[in-house]
Amino acid sequence: MNALTEFTPVASLIGGALIGLASVMLMVFKGRIAGVSGIVVRLFPPYEDGELLGRVAFLAGLIGAPALVAYVAGTLPPQTIVATAPVLLLAGLLVGFGAVWGNGCTSGHGVCGLSRLSMRSLVAVCTVMGTAIMTVFFVRHVI
Amino acid sequence: MSLLLQFVIGLTFGSGLVLAGMTNPAKVLNFLDVAAIPTGGWDPSLALVLAGAIAVTFIGFKIVLRRKQPIFADTFHLPSAKELDVRIVVGPAIFGIGWGLAGFCPGPALTALSGSSVSAFQFVAAMLIGMGAARWAANGA
Repeated sequence: MNALTEFTPVASLIGGALIGLASVMLMVFKGRIAGVSGIVVRLFPPYEDGELLGRVAFLAGLIGAPALVAYVAGTLPPQTIVATAPVLLLAGLLVGFGAVWGNGCTSGHGVCGLSRLSMRSLVAVCTVMGTAIMTVFFVRHVI
Repeated sequence: MSLLLQFVIGLTFGSGLVLAGMTNPAKVLNFLDVAAIPTGGWDPSLALVLAGAIAVTFIGFKIVLRRKQPIFADTFHLPSAKELDVRIVVGPAIFGIGWGLAGFCPGPALTALSGSSVSAFQFVAAMLIGMGAARWAANGA
């Protein structure tokens, strides 16, 4: 069954602005695009640039964030995962492969790339939205 | 100093994802379900997350990139590729199918890890294998 979710305009705008702030901070301090898939895939060798520890620190912050939000706000937004294990495994493979093959994911292309008015990122984002919308339509309304 | 800063940046990024509701796959899937617009099940939140993020990043990058160099690095590392090749369509097309199946993309999936749900671990483990495979295939090609 599909879980209904509430439209959260204010929280989502503020959350989005925080994501933007983090992207600007990484650019001004380190000169790097805050693209999560790019940061994760560079955890694998070869290590060319000596930035491995910095990437680990960023990812540790990313993973630790819910603890901070829970501490400050006293509660966490709800989370509903309806996908079964086989679907999650298949989806993870596709997302991981596709993100690296296309040189970016929602953060690298969607936030940083579009903000730089990159044509490649615009093509990437439109393609992602297209196949994702078709997939959800197929799963929820066809089969 | 630089490491602590990158931890704080990751923390800020992840807090944004949590607040925005993007660590909830149901919210993402309900955004992608455009067929639910007439029936009221559509959740447009994700569009506002992107709008908020792009508004801040667009203006922020304009200001930051006027500098000669970043504060803790010698140069800005900006993607130089411009041409539209097959990979820039094929990669995102594959990504979109996975995103539509589970409602997780890389950032939110990692942030969901600390929620101790088995689902997030399953997704992230498979995602790492997919990333490794793509990197291996790209280097071999």
